Formats: sequence, C-alpha cells, structure tokens
Amino acid sequence: MNPLKRFIEKITRGVLFTSSMVTSVTVLLVVLFLFKEGIGLFNQNSVEKHLVIAVNSENPVSAISSTDVKSIFNQDITNWKQVGGKDLEILPRSIDELAAQFTEEQLGEGFKNLSSLIETYILETPGVIASIPDSYLKNDFKGKLIPLKKISLKEFLTGTEWIPTAHPAAVFGAWPLILGTLWVSLGAILLALPIGLITAIYMSEVAGQRFRNILKPVIELLSGIPSVVYGFFGLVVLVPLIQKLFKLGVGETALAGSIVLAIMSLPTIITIAEDALRTTPRALKEASLALGASHWQTLVRVIIPYAKSGIIAAVILGIGRAVGETMAVLMVTGNASVIPHTFLEPVRTIPATIAAELGEAPFGGTHFKALFALGIILFIMTFVFNTLVETVKTKKI
Amino acid sequence: MTGKQLKQSLVFNIFRLISLSVVAILFVILGFIVTRGIKVVNWEFLTSMPKDQMTHGGIYPAIIGTLCLIAGSMVFAFPIGVMSAIYMNEYLKESFLKKFIRTMTNNLAGIPSIVFGLFGMALFVNTMKFGDSIIAGSLTLGLMALPVIIRTTEEALKSVDDSLRIGSYALGATRLQTIRRVVLPVAFPNILTGLILSIGRVSGETAPILFTVAAYFLPKLPSSIFDSVMALPYHLYVLTTSGTNVTESRPMAYGTAFVLIMIVLILNLLANLVRRIAGKKTKMN
Repeated sequence: MNPLKRFIEKITRGVLFTSSMVTSVTVLLVVLFLFKEGIGLFNQNSVEKHLVIAVNSENPVSAISSTDVKSIFNQDITNWKQVGGKDLEILPRSIDELAAQFTEEQLGEGFKNLSSLIETYILETPGVIASIPDSYLKNDFKGKLIPLKKISLKEFLTGTEWIPTAHPAAVFGAWPLILGTLWVSLGAILLALPIGLITAIYMSEVAGQRFRNILKPVIELLSGIPSVVYGFFGLVVLVPLIQKLFKLGVGETALAGSIVLAIMSLPTIITIAEDALRTTPRALKEASLALGASHWQTLVRVIIPYAKSGIIAAVILGIGRAVGETMAVLMVTGNASVIPHTFLEPVRTIPATIAAELGEAPFGGTHFKALFALGIILFIMTFVFNTLVETVKTKKI
Repeated sequence: MTGKQLKQSLVFNIFRLISLSVVAILFVILGFIVTRGIKVVNWEFLTSMPKDQMTHGGIYPAIIGTLCLIAGSMVFAFPIGVMSAIYMNEYLKESFLKKFIRTMTNNLAGIPSIVFGLFGMALFVNTMKFGDSIIAGSLTLGLMALPVIIRTTEEALKSVDDSLRIGSYALGATRLQTIRRVVLPVAFPNILTGLILSIGRVSGETAPILFTVAAYFLPKLPSSIFDSVMALPYHLYVLTTSGTNVTESRPMAYGTAFVLIMIVLILNLLANLVRRIAGKKTKMN
C-alpha cells in the first residue's frame, strides 16, 4: 500500500471515529446544560427582583423561605409564631397598600417622602412585614431587612404548589407536576398494555402472513403520525366526547391525556413485545406441541414465559415514552397544576409545563431556572427507565 | 371440537378483534382528519400567506419553514449518522468502546423531545448566540434524529453478507475501498429507508423547535439560516390552542393537520417502495 493511500485510510478512520463520538458528547452536553441552568435554582430565592422584605427592628425572626413569604402575603400564615417569631399577628403590606395609607400631601411631589414614611411606619408597627422595591428603601433604613432562605431541593420536590407568577414571591413546588406526569403515563400504559400485548401475541403467533402484512404498515404509520396531530385529534374529538360522556364542566382531563398517550405508545409496545415473542426458539414450541399441548397452552405456558423479559422491556419503554411526551399531552390535559385525585380532572405534566411556560420565563431568572430543574427531573426519570430496559433486556430472566 | 379447542378458538377470535381495533384506531384518526382537511387544501392554501389573523389564506411560510428544517437537520445529521454507523459496524470489534457508544446512542434516543428543546435553547440559542434561527432549530432536530439514522444504517450494514467483504479483501482492496465500492452500494437502499423515516420524524416534531426556531406568525420567507421561520407542526399547535380566533381558524388547522399526515403517509410509502425494490434486487443477485 502506498503512503498516500495509507494516509487517507488513517484520516478516514479519524473522521469516522469523531462522528461516532457525537452522540456521546451530545448526551454529556445535555446533562451539562440542564444542570448548569437548573442547579442555579437552589442558589437563590424566588422573591421578585428588586424587592426587599422588611420588618420591624424588634422582630426576632432571622430568615424566612420564599414559600413562607408567599403564604404570609396570601394570609395562609397569620402569626409570627408560625415562622419562629413572637406570638404576634402578621400585618403583610405591599408597596401599594403602604402608599395608600398616606395622603397625597404627605407623600409630596413625585412620592419623594414615601421612603421615609415607609420607614417610620415599619418602625412603629411591630407585626408588619412589607415588600418594598429597593428604590423606595432609604439608604440608612433603620428597620430590619429579612434575608430570604434559598430554595431547597426538598421544597422544590415536595412543594404542593406551582405558581410561578405569585406576588411577591413565586412558588415552585414540583410535586403536583411529578404526580400529574406519573398519573397520565400510568393511565396510558394501563390502557395500552392489554391491547398492545394481545396484538403482539396475535401478530407473532396466530395471525397469517396476510394479516401481518396489513398490521405492520398500520403500526409504522401510527408511530409516524406527529404528536401534535394526535393532540389535535384528541382536542377536537376525545375531549368533547369525554365531556359529554361523564357530564363534566371541561373535557380536558387526565383521562384524555392517557387515551391519547395510550394510542401513541401502542407502536412501541407492539413492536418490542413482538420482537421478544419471536425470539422463542422453535424447538421449545414444537416440543410443547409434541407433548399434546394446544396452541393456546403453548402460548401461555411456553412462549410468553420465555419472552417475559422482552415484554417487561416493552412495558417500561412504553412508560418512558409516555413520561416524556409533550405536545399531545399539553393540548388535551387542561394543564391545571393541582395534585390529581381522579382521572376526570385536569392535570399538568412536567413536559407540558416546560413547553407552556419557557416562552414567558425571563431568560436567566428564577422561573427559567425552575423549568430547567424540571428538565433535570424529567431527564432522570427517562434515564432510569432506559437503564431499567437495558438491564431487563440483557438479563434473560 | 373438544372444549379445549373451543376455548382456544374463542380466545384467538377475541385476540383478532383486539388487533383489528388497532387498525381501526388508525383509520378513524386518518379518516377524521383527511375528510375534513381535504375540503380546505387546494393550491392556494399551499402557496399563499396566512391572513386575517390566521383564519384565512394559506400555510406557505410554514411549509417552506419545515422544508428548511428538514434540509438543515439532515445535511448535518445524515453524514454524521452514517459515518458513525460505519465506524461502529466496519471498524470496531465488540469492545468497551463499542458498548459505550451504543449505550450513549440509546440514551440519546431516550431523551424526551422537550428536553432537546431546553438543551437546544441553552446551547445554540443562548450560549452560541444563534438566536431563534433555522440553524439552531436544525441542529437540535438533527441531534434528535441522529440515533434513528445510526440504528437504521447499522442494521443496513449488518445485513450485507460478509462473503462480499471477504471477496473484496481477497482481491486486494483496502478497507476503505471495500466500504465504498462494496458495502455501501449494497446497503444503500436500506440506509435510504432510514433517511426517509427520519425525515418523517423531523418534519412532525414540535417540542424541540418551540424555543429554538419556531415563529408564531411570520408571513415572509427566511433569507438566511439565522432567521426564524414558521413550521407546520407548531403552526397546527398555534392554530388549535393559542391563535387569536381558535374557532374561525379551525378549517386552517384541519388543512395543516392534513398536510402533516400526508407528509408522513407519502414518506412511509416511499420508504416501503425503496425497501421492496431493494428486496427484489438482492433476490435477483
């Protein structure tokens, strides 16, 4: 071989190697960028930018969490005792409420007296908590500014409210979204599993070639239809149907999401389960038949047990797909971020939340970071499902 | 007929019915959208700009946008995917590296589309400062399609009989020559099938383009790869859920859904056609 040829072979090999590393690098970059943006959430509080929280200087409370700030201004928390202070009623005051207490004369031209009036008011009122834009804070403010606790991981994962637009502090509790995602996905798999498995069994073991030739392209088409089209179909057909059938106020429910997702995960379940069933060695089947077992008995006692791990893989992969599905779910589930109690209520899933809110979240802000943190949860969920599939597949049970 | 056989035939008939219900589901969805969409779709619908707050006019910019995204993502993902598969199948033996690459590719395939959207936004739109642009959207979609292309190409290469390779080496050809002149031509139709199917997938994806390229309403054509565009799947989403007049733009939505379904149908037919032709060819040989 001449040197030029050898050189070209070497270069080619290098280029091919580089290409083959693209997927690995991408996975690493995805992880890196998700964490880079998402982890930032736990390094800040969720009170609006340029707002400070001030209390009377005698108040012993040293720090409160953003969630508590929100609850205080919502009047869910009404006594300082509840956040570790004295037994004293809390008087929450927003900047508008503060300004409304004074006459125009007192405030002076262009609100020039407002900052000193606020200071006096806070110094004279023991139970007060005020959220003030920092531009209205006197330079030598004598009240007490309360430092806000950073958002904790526990607060984020177990918080039961997701209200990114709450004043003065947004609340990011992912629990209803996590539950919503799991509910819709589990509902989908419960619907899709029997149909999918039976179809796979029928296709691989019972049906003739002609029937299989019809089903194969049908399944390919089902998996090819874009999710937004499924969502559209769900919205104009299923949602009104569910509304009428169950006499609901709104048809956009977890059930609608589960049905659409079930249809969407059918191709995955059927294809993988069928592959698994096909791997059963012919010798096993024939031995069973030779022993006088019927086709049905062979199926139930020999083929299905042999293909068990593949079937389990199909189920897990089906759930994994359903968990990450975005558009169809966004369009039919109604997107109410409440903890679901029945399938006939609107729910909101993690992917739907990201898709619906990222456009409005200011770049780099707390809300933006919270959505990336949701992305991390989603990534971890699907990663766990994928790893489970791999282990189940390689470990022939 | 014994009881055992009776039970069996009963069960199998129920199974048959359930399998047929899967076919029925497809036909209900297709039928519903096709019968309503076909009334809307005509030449004018396909070639004019949307107007009157998207309640009339056409979907021309969305079609062009989707074509741009298909072209952009494939220009980048197809060569990388094919080269990656060639390296794995023709160069690597079963080794740690091969296992690693395969696991990572599977992981990439498992990442939800909305996470690709987040990633594309963080990397291409913000860090690399492409903004909402065709290039940012194409790269995001391309990375998403990569595992599909790799997997189908690998299958295609695996199906090439080893005797062909050995014969080529015996004639004194180098590895590169063997791949170029022997392996790739034989595997080509199946690789093409993979390309067609991944085009189908890319054309329908919405979540990855939400924050990387898709424009809500932009009645003009892109002039460079740094422009944002409308795209068919996002347009359908907008028309159905967040348009200014959802009821009146419903016919437009049916039309758009019809076009999306037709793209998938045609690409699937095309893939099957290529597969069949390729099958005949190998039989003749």
